[in-house]
Parts: sequence; structure tokens; C-alpha cells
Amino acid sequence: MSQDWSKDIKSEYDVVVIGSGLAGLTCANMLARGGHSVLLLEQHHNLGGLATWFKRKGHIFDIALHGFPVGMIKTCRKYWTPEIASMIVQLKGIRFDNPQFSFTTTYNREDFTRILEQRFKIPRENIEGFFDTARNMNFYDDQGMNTREFFEKFFPGRDDVHRMLMESVTYANGSTLDDPAITYGIVFSNFMSKGVYTVRGGTDQFIGKMREELLKNGVAIQPKCLVEKIVIEEGKTESKKTAGVIANGKRIKSKAVVSNGNLLSTIHKLVGDENFPESFVTEAKKVRLNNSSCQVYIGIKKGERIDYIGDLLFTSKAEKFDPQELCSKNTTSRTFSIYYPQTRPGSDMYSIVASSNANYDDWANLPEREYQASKEALIQRTLDALEKYVPKIRDKIDHLEASTPKTFQRYTLHLSGASFGTKFEGLKVSMGLPKEIPGLFHTGSVGIIMSGWLGAANYGVIVAHDVDKFLSAVARNV
Amino acid sequence: MTKEQIKDTILEIIAQIIPDEDLSNLKGDIPIREQVELDSMDFLDIIMELRKRYGIEVPEDDYIQLATLDSSVAYLEPRMREL
Repeated sequence: MSQDWSKDIKSEYDVVVIGSGLAGLTCANMLARGGHSVLLLEQHHNLGGLATWFKRKGHIFDIALHGFPVGMIKTCRKYWTPEIASMIVQLKGIRFDNPQFSFTTTYNREDFTRILEQRFKIPRENIEGFFDTARNMNFYDDQGMNTREFFEKFFPGRDDVHRMLMESVTYANGSTLDDPAITYGIVFSNFMSKGVYTVRGGTDQFIGKMREELLKNGVAIQPKCLVEKIVIEEGKTESKKTAGVIANGKRIKSKAVVSNGNLLSTIHKLVGDENFPESFVTEAKKVRLNNSSCQVYIGIKKGERIDYIGDLLFTSKAEKFDPQELCSKNTTSRTFSIYYPQTRPGSDMYSIVASSNANYDDWANLPEREYQASKEALIQRTLDALEKYVPKIRDKIDHLEASTPKTFQRYTLHLSGASFGTKFEGLKVSMGLPKEIPGLFHTGSVGIIMSGWLGAANYGVIVAHDVDKFLSAVARNV
Repeated sequence: MTKEQIKDTILEIIAQIIPDEDLSNLKGDIPIREQVELDSMDFLDIIMELRKRYGIEVPEDDYIQLATLDSSVAYLEPRMREL
């Protein structure tokens, strides 16, 4: 970890943003556009948080670039630039393959209706009723019904249909049948409106453009900077207030701090429980983390090619949809993201990233030899599964690497390597922070609605709005 | 600002947020969101723009007052009269 600060970093800003995930980046950009002085701190050398990438042997592997709803175009246009928005393109080949069904779809309402009607023989009115109910869900609605009950209402006893509707969303955000129906309905409807989208050019170019825009708007950016503490002071009028951060051993003053770190580490570590009322700490301790992930990165030799087999493949050998199986160490359920050369115009390289859900505890405490052996077994299982779609895959590869929940924790500092933030109860705690300590804000993946690239970016805007309101009030009272 | 100017200002802000929508036939007494594609993020952008441009603070409890064009003008008139 570098201890160096750039020379042009000042000792005081209106607001310090800790962490540069999509939420932190977008929040920083909106605040800078609003005329505030902003310092963005990131512990890693790349910006992007989990929206990141790494390079090996001419390959660029994207970590979290798998697909988001069409709304990302509008979000990028409004809160970034038309140029960044223009990088977003549709992924048309979404493929499912498991013992219960196998088909390729554009993953939108029209095509899902066709499949449900023709293949699953579901009456039209049930399909319409399901889609309409999902589309009309709001995040402030009653959370009484869970997703299982919601599916049962329209597709009673059809665990094949439940799987078709649920499994891809579970890969996308870690949610399960036991989570509130609204958290499923909102995310699912977002996708169903127009299908699945990705970034042409890859995460490196996407985040690179965002970095340029931040600098243009006057945001000071300090990578390789680990924040140790958020400084809370006793105020003159109010009991406590946010006063800045201590990072890389240096104190930076600010009127507001936005943490884009994991919600729980923000509260327990960066601020410290002693700064909150006991009732708030109790509430925060009830917030559950989402699961973590494993990934296998597969680089295809230069000159080799892969026939088009779809863009996103949701595959599983599990007989039925089983959330336990999905997260288990030896799961057969995984998503293959295929990166054809056209993903990165100008490149002639293919790569494949296989992702599966995973539990931190299954991986965290293995002895080193067993950990390495488990990683190798993960790679081999993944290649065995891929063989079905890309025959002789092992002959085509020039790079293989795996990541586990431990890897995710190391690079993002998320507690337990959580790759989808917290469960939905995190949203209330996240939004409650400024009421506890004025000037203290959190943004990022909290609750299923506010996760994924689109949810995170939009939550960044919502929080920027609150910070702007706070800073305007502070300015009026000075 | 006069009521007419306030109305034009609101329309101009909306047009900036959703440039692809046709606002020329927007009816004053029907919720804006029933007439054009304006999602909750777009609505938040309107609130932010009012603060940025005119320093007007619309509390969350009053968001409902901005549902239609007519009610928006009525709500904002006392706050924008002196501008």
C-alpha cells in the first residue's frame, strides 16, 4: 500500500468520497458538477470497485461486467456523458441450460411470454398477471410477500418456471426465494423491459472515461489510499458532526463524508460503534451481508476462435433450483460470460469468465495447500462444464486463473468478500446514517434494489442529492 | 417570475432531463408521469435542478405537490415569485 499523497491534494474539501465503486464515482461526479470541492479516495490502484479488470498475456479480464438493464443508458447519459452512454450495447444471446430446460432468449418480456406460453404451457392470463404485478412493484411497498409466494401465486407448483424466473437473478445479485417479492420484482422488471446490456470496450475503457470526466469536473482523485478512520467531532450546536477522514496517515478536513465502502465496515470500523446510539448499532448488526463469488478466468490463445455460443450462459447440473447448491463449494451452477473480439473493438482475443456464487466460510479458513487444491479443482470442474459448449476447450487456452471469496475480500476489503453488498435491510441503515451523525453518508450496494451497476450508480445520485442538500444548508448557516 | 414563466421553466427542466419525450401536448391537470416516461430518478433530477438553479428546497413530503404541471406552478409560485 502506497503511503504517498499526490502533491495537488489539499488539506480540506467540501466532501470526501471513500471508495470508487459505481456509486462512489457517480456520487463524486454529481457533487463536483454541483459546484462542490470533492476528493475521491480509493485503496486500489484502479478505480471502479468491483467494476474492475485485470490484464494477463494480452487478455483483459472483466470482473463484474456481465449485464445490466437498459436504464443504464439513461443513467450514464444524465449523470455522466452521452459518450459514456453510447458505449452501452445489448447482449442478445442469453442462454439457459439445466436438467429442467434449455433455450436461448433475448431476456425480455415479449420473449419470456412466448417461452412461458409455448414451452411451459402457462395460460396467458397468468403470465400477464405476473409481469404486470412485478412491474407495478415499488420499493416502499409492503414487504410481507416473499418471492416464493409471488411465484406460487401465478405459477403454482411449477418449480421449473420458478427456476427460469429466479436463477439468473440469483447470479446477478445473490437474492433468493426467501427475499421480499418487491426486491425481485423491481430488478426483474428492469431487465424484462428491454433485455440485457453491457459495455462495448470493456470495463477498463468505461471506468477510464469516467475518470477523465471526474478530472474534467474538478474531482481530486487519490488512488492507493486507504482510509483508516472517518473523523467525528463534538459540534457546537449539535451533539456530533462529521469532520473529515484520516487516510494514509494524513488528516483531511471536510464538511461531509460519503463512504462507498461496505456498509458494515463503514459503521463498525471507519466510524466506530462508540459514535452511534446503541439502538442504531443494534439495528446495523441485524443487516445481513450478501454472499460472495468464485470466478474462473479463461484466456483463449491468439489465433484460436470460439463459435458464437451466446453471450451469457446460465448453466447448472442441479436437478432443481436450490439456493444452497448455488452457493456450495462444489456447485455445478455457474454463469459463463463469453467475450468475443467485438466486445473490445480492435482486439482479436477471446476470453471467458465463469462466475458462481460462494460462501466466504467455505474458502476463508482452508490451509494453504487445500486452498490451492480447491482452486485447481474449481478450474477443472469449470472446464469440464465448458467442454459441452466449446469442444476441446483445453487445447485452446493460454491462461487460467481462479478467484475465491478470499480474493474478493482482499481486493475490495468487503467483509466476507461480499460481492453484492448487503441484503435489503441495509438500505434503511444506509439512509439512516445522516440522521445519526450530520454530514455522514453511505452509498453502494445495499439491498437488492440498489445493487448491480445501475442500482449502485443511481443510489450514488440519490445520495449526492442528499449531500448537496446538506452542504447547501451548511452554507446558509455559516 | 410570472406563473407563465414558472411553467416554462419547469417544462424546460423536464425537457433537459428527458430530451426524447414530446412535451408539447402535456396537459396541466393530469399527472406528468401518466403522460410521459418520467421515472423516479428523473423526478429527483427535477428537485435537484430546482435547488441548483434557484436554491429552492422541496421537502420529501411536498413531492406530491409536483405531480401535475398546474400543481407544480401553484406550489412553486410563492417560492419563485421574487426571482
